[in-house]
Amino acid sequence: MTFTYIVNDPKGMHARPAGVMAATAKEFASDITVEYGGEKVDMKKILPLMGLPMKKGGTFTVTIEGEDAEAAEAAIRNALSDINF
Amino acid sequence: MEVFQGKASFKGVAIGKIAEMKKADTVVRRTHVDDVDAEIARYHAGKEMAQKEIMELHDKALKEVGEAQAEIFEVHAMFLDDFDDSVENIIREQNVNAEYAVATTGDNTAAMLAAMDDNPYMQARQTDVKDVADRVIRDMNGGSGSGNNFTEQVILVSDDLAPSETVQLDKSKVLAFVTRGGSTNSHTAILARTMNIPALCQTPVPANVDGKMGIVDGFKGCIIVDPDEETLKKYEEQAAAEEEKKRLLRELKGKETVTKSGRKIKLYANIGGIGDLNFVLENDAAGIGLFRSEFLYLQSNDYPTEEEQFKAYRTVAEMMAGKEVVVRTLDIGADKQVGYFNLDHEDNPALGFRAIRICLTRPEIFKTQLRALYRASAFGNIDIMFPMITSVWEVQQAKKYCEEVKKELHDQNIPFKDVPLGIMIETPAAVMIADELAEEVDFFSIGTNDLTQYTEAIDRQNQKLEKFFNPHHPAILREIQMTIDAGHRHNTWVGICGELGADPTLTEQFVKMGIDELSMSPSSILPVRKIIREMD
Repeated sequence: MTFTYIVNDPKGMHARPAGVMAATAKEFASDITVEYGGEKVDMKKILPLMGLPMKKGGTFTVTIEGEDAEAAEAAIRNALSDINF
Repeated sequence: MEVFQGKASFKGVAIGKIAEMKKADTVVRRTHVDDVDAEIARYHAGKEMAQKEIMELHDKALKEVGEAQAEIFEVHAMFLDDFDDSVENIIREQNVNAEYAVATTGDNTAAMLAAMDDNPYMQARQTDVKDVADRVIRDMNGGSGSGNNFTEQVILVSDDLAPSETVQLDKSKVLAFVTRGGSTNSHTAILARTMNIPALCQTPVPANVDGKMGIVDGFKGCIIVDPDEETLKKYEEQAAAEEEKKRLLRELKGKETVTKSGRKIKLYANIGGIGDLNFVLENDAAGIGLFRSEFLYLQSNDYPTEEEQFKAYRTVAEMMAGKEVVVRTLDIGADKQVGYFNLDHEDNPALGFRAIRICLTRPEIFKTQLRALYRASAFGNIDIMFPMITSVWEVQQAKKYCEEVKKELHDQNIPFKDVPLGIMIETPAAVMIADELAEEVDFFSIGTNDLTQYTEAIDRQNQKLEKFFNPHHPAILREIQMTIDAGHRHNTWVGICGELGADPTLTEQFVKMGIDELSMSPSSILPVRKIIREMD
């Protein structure tokens, strides 16, 4: 399954959202990737995530494959909105 | 004697022996191993220990320098999880020791970060990655011990300091920080401010200064190595005078601000950001009388979100632990430009579209701030203050928005308190109608800087006007008296948050005039307390 998200954080990508995203993704067995600007990285790894040059207003795509995909999607969406990323 | 000029990130003078910060020795040899599983287990044991230590540093930093500075350590701990695949792979494929695999992974990751030319933020994370890799290597070999156990107080010189290094230092042994790199916003600078010791950054000190005598002049932003006798004597006198001043003032810490006859004055601090909080606590302010919320707007590239503002206000409210915190709503205008507000150029910005005038014209900006403030009010003792008021309707309109915000929060079941509301008295019009205004609000805070400019019709930046400018003009003092009297007729407390509030030659007069609160830069608080305690 796939969903898109528009970055709302004026600072764009930085340590905090990357940390929250990676920590959330790690709770699930599914394979989870984040794609932005043609670059695709494993969401469970903080460093590649931090390296995505996301800016406010940019859109990224999250792809989740695995048995707990639905729960993962809900958790990731919640985490993103919690920190207002 | 040699002088090296850098940038001062915190003022003060320090005299002492120079010590070069020793970096832990992490020269890693590549050795062949047969039992790769055992080697991988060694890596995991080292990593676990490192993560535990990093979280301890996190907790220590949280206590000493606050949440914003501590967060980096959580991220450090997560970096290590990313190392697993690469480290295990290198050990397995190359039959090498874990130290080598970790060092290689750290170097590769740092190189990847270094290549991100368009992303200075990520480039700066190289230090962090190397720092955590070094820690794991140390921990695989029986743990840390940075070798920086100084027996005497020193001026600490280093290329740069990682947060994990500064937090581990025995801070009682550090007289000053001098770094060859870094910036005035680095961790080291913030730490120095917290510790109240001088700090320099971007200072080209040579490598051979370890053990030499040094003087750090945080006023001029330089370090003097091997000073001659005359220079040393001069600085020793200066340092002694400052130390004496500090000692006297420390005696006043924790004492009440009260006259001999028992009149208590609220002595509060003016701050321009969360970074100033430690300074506020250090100088024993009874509260915050002016929290300039502009910094939230000035430091970002777009309107700060409700969530960002909420976090900042909540941090201040919590750190002040129930003491009063007066937050002034957005006070920008053509003189304090913020790009994304797209304000027009004005010929006369002092009389232009600024402060409450922007807020009442663009309520969406105003209400975002009010919502953040009301949400934060649940975590402490927040007051809200509106700047640049000239009419009663402005106050009523601002209060209407407050009511709307309160209703929204109530409907959403979000906790908040009934926040006291106040206004800045900084225009002659506000002084004239202070009685009517006092009926609307809980407190007044007199902004003497603008009040002086508007009353005397003098632009204080204009040097030609110096001889016409009188900060103690009788008109100002009468306006202050009128404001105090009007406030007290309506049970509204009255304070001063402009520069005049910290003027020691006027303290006694203000107290006699009936002032309830004086708010000033943190460093002025204890000297003013001294004056008040000596009054009858």
